[in-house]
Amino acid sequence: MSRSQEFAHGCRDILPLILGAIPFGVIFGTLAVAAGLSGWQTMGMSSLVFAGSAQFIAVTLITGGVGAAVVLLTTFVVNLRHALYSAALQPFVRHLPGRWRVPLAFWLTDEAFAVVQNRYARDDGSPYKHWFFLGAALTMYISWQLATLAGVAFGRAVPDLASWGLDFAMIATFIGIAVPMMRTRPQVASALVAGAVALLTWDLPYKLGLLAVAMAGIVVGVWLERRAEAAARLEGAL
Amino acid sequence: MSTWLLIFGMLAITFVIRYSFFAWPDLRFPRAIEQGLHYVPVAVLTAIVVPGMLMPEGAWALHWDNAYLLAGLLAIVIAALTRNLLATIAGGLLSFFLLRWALGQLPI
Repeated sequence: MSRSQEFAHGCRDILPLILGAIPFGVIFGTLAVAAGLSGWQTMGMSSLVFAGSAQFIAVTLITGGVGAAVVLLTTFVVNLRHALYSAALQPFVRHLPGRWRVPLAFWLTDEAFAVVQNRYARDDGSPYKHWFFLGAALTMYISWQLATLAGVAFGRAVPDLASWGLDFAMIATFIGIAVPMMRTRPQVASALVAGAVALLTWDLPYKLGLLAVAMAGIVVGVWLERRAEAAARLEGAL
Repeated sequence: MSTWLLIFGMLAITFVIRYSFFAWPDLRFPRAIEQGLHYVPVAVLTAIVVPGMLMPEGAWALHWDNAYLLAGLLAIVIAALTRNLLATIAGGLLSFFLLRWALGQLPI
């Protein structure tokens, strides 16, 4: 396939995921305005940070009046999963020059990772798969900006929006992301412990509980996973 | 102004995470760290969802007119059955606003 064909296929393959991201972006724009961000700041966050869940949480935290250090720490914890994506795609982009790797990394979202990983997995020897990556990532980026813009306009048109409980949109979105990830028993146990720790540490200042949650989730998940592996090895040996 | 600083801080953190392995082609995760990282997204997302459903106003709200709890439970069921993000968001939001409207909690 040629460069432009790869690019076009990238744009096409990410469309279903964009359908899910558009309401998310509209709601983000609306919430950000309700939280007191200006239109420029809201667009600035979408175009510079470009990480939906982190943007959502940042806006919720800003509404709650917490300090910048907490927002940044939360951004780190919430976006840590992107390190996994970066590691998974590394073998496919390592030969590219920096002018490719830097923008592709900047545009590496959950959605882009899902379709790009699929493309690299198809073993057809195409040398232009990074054009597919570019098409998918760019389409996602532009859609996210337009959705945010629509949300800003909507938030301005309905001034009383803050009292509607739009923050539930974030809860529904996170349920939609997290529940399908809970495929294994250690994942479910890790989530249950995380939920319990979150409730227990709710009174800690600055959402510091989130750190405790991440630690508890990791420890429980890894411990159960290793126990299951050891049990499987034992069974294999018998 | 401080909002812009915050935005640039978030940009820096997010980009460094995403660029990490692209920047160093020979960088590898030790297995223990990779294994641990797999549990971070679910743990963090759950930690935001659970208090959001059980104490939406900052205090325990275990009662039947808590739309966050009821619509959240419904969203969990939809997510478990369909594994579809859009269906979960749409179904959850629709039931949430219908419930709040029925309970007289909306300013209309």
